[in-house]
Formats: sequence, structure tokens, C-alpha cells
Amino acid sequence: MSMKVGSRQVDGVTIVDCSGRITLGEGSVILRDTVRDLLSKGNKKIVLNLQDVNYIDSSGIGELVSAFTTSKNLLNLTKKVHDLLQITKLYTVFDVKDDEASAVKSFK
Amino acid sequence: MAMTEQRVSYTLDSSLETIDNAEEKATRIATELGFPDDEIMQISMAVREGAVNAVLHGNAYAPDKKVVLAFERTGSDLIITIQDQGTGMDLSKIPNPLAPENLLKTSGRGIFLMRSFMDVVEIRPTNTGTELKLIKHVHGPTAGGKEASK
Repeated sequence: MSMKVGSRQVDGVTIVDCSGRITLGEGSVILRDTVRDLLSKGNKKIVLNLQDVNYIDSSGIGELVSAFTTSKNLLNLTKKVHDLLQITKLYTVFDVKDDEASAVKSFK
Repeated sequence: MAMTEQRVSYTLDSSLETIDNAEEKATRIATELGFPDDEIMQISMAVREGAVNAVLHGNAYAPDKKVVLAFERTGSDLIITIQDQGTGMDLSKIPNPLAPENLLKTSGRGIFLMRSFMDVVEIRPTNTGTELKLIKHVHGPTAGGKEASK
């Protein structure tokens, strides 16, 4: 399953709903372009919702790190992504939330 | 594709498709051998990372260079080799991705992930490039794979 993203606004925060695979190639590019596009439109409060991301490789991790300066807020990690961020010691670097309300509230 | 009873090998182009292809083959073979789901994921991801290194960093997408991917089942191991035709790598220059100063680097985690997921990871230069060997030990009652468990 290839990467798909959609974005929506919740109380002034942009939730980017990601699904599929964030891997070298299309998946990483889509995420990068989405974040850049949101920034160019003035959306600076960004949460990456990874609820439906079922696979991520080292390039995808790199893309999350690249987006870190924009959005260190990650929402709804699957076990695979959670485990990957744990072993790469990135879990505590990002601000990871399990519910959307908390993620939105973290910008207040 | 060349195949023997316990070994199968593929000669692949230096392309993004090869990376997905290698991962799919690893998933299929690890599944057929009866590895549990978590280890199938580990093997497929390690192979994906190895293929990324071969295609990008080794062969640098050169159309005249090939990647040779081989899977071999021995009595106790699944042995995967990935050979490229690149200029090789200096392992001493690969930074530790867990070091605080490297945590926020956007690359450099591939070999680390392979080492995290596989029992043995060996990287050595060859006459024509670099050979990566990944070994996963077979554990538990499904050691003979699905065929043996029938």
C-alpha cells in the first residue's frame, strides 16, 4: 500500500493523517511535500497522525526527523513505528501522543 | 533467477523497484520458512535496508550495475547475501546513529537497523563491490519451515 496523506484543521492545529508506507521514494516524498506545502501556507502547528502507517524504513524515519523542526508532534503510533522509534532512541525526542485532543492541546 | 534446492538468487537492476522487490522476496521466503510474524518483519526490513544501501550508496542507481540478492537456508540459519558493484564503504566512517549528536540526522540508520534485527551482519569488500551478509537463526518448533511442520 502506497503512502496517502490528508490534512484537516482542529482548533488551529493541522492534523496530517498519514496512511500506508513511509519508505524511500514515493512515501517519503509525499510526506516531505505535504509538510512543505502546509508551511508555505502558514500552517505551523502540525501534528503527524501515523495511526494507519503500517510500515516505515530508515528513509521514512529520516523524513520524520527532517520534519522534526516543523512538527515534533506525532500521534497514534502503530506498534511497528513505536518500536522503531524506541530502538533508534527517537521516541523520547518526539512529542508522542495517543489521543488527538492531547496532541492539539500541546500547542496551547 | 538461479535456484538450487536450498539457495535461490536473483540478479536485479539498480532501481527503486529492486528495493521493494527485495523486501517482498524476503517476506515471502521468511514466511515460507515458518518464521514468526515479528521476525518476518525484521528480516524483510533488514533486506530492504541492505537493498537500499546496494542500490543507492553502492551502485548509485547506475543502470549498468547489478545487485545480486541470494537467500540460503541451512540447518539452523537463513543466510541472505546482497552484493553490489559499487566502490565500497568505510565502516569506520559510519557514525553511531544513537549518539546524541547524531540523533537528529536524517540518514545513517540503515546498518544500525540491520544489526538490530538480524543475528549476524557482515559487510566485506569484494573484487567487484561490496557483499552484505545477513543471518537470522531459526528458532523454535517451526525450525524446518512449513514443509517440515506438515
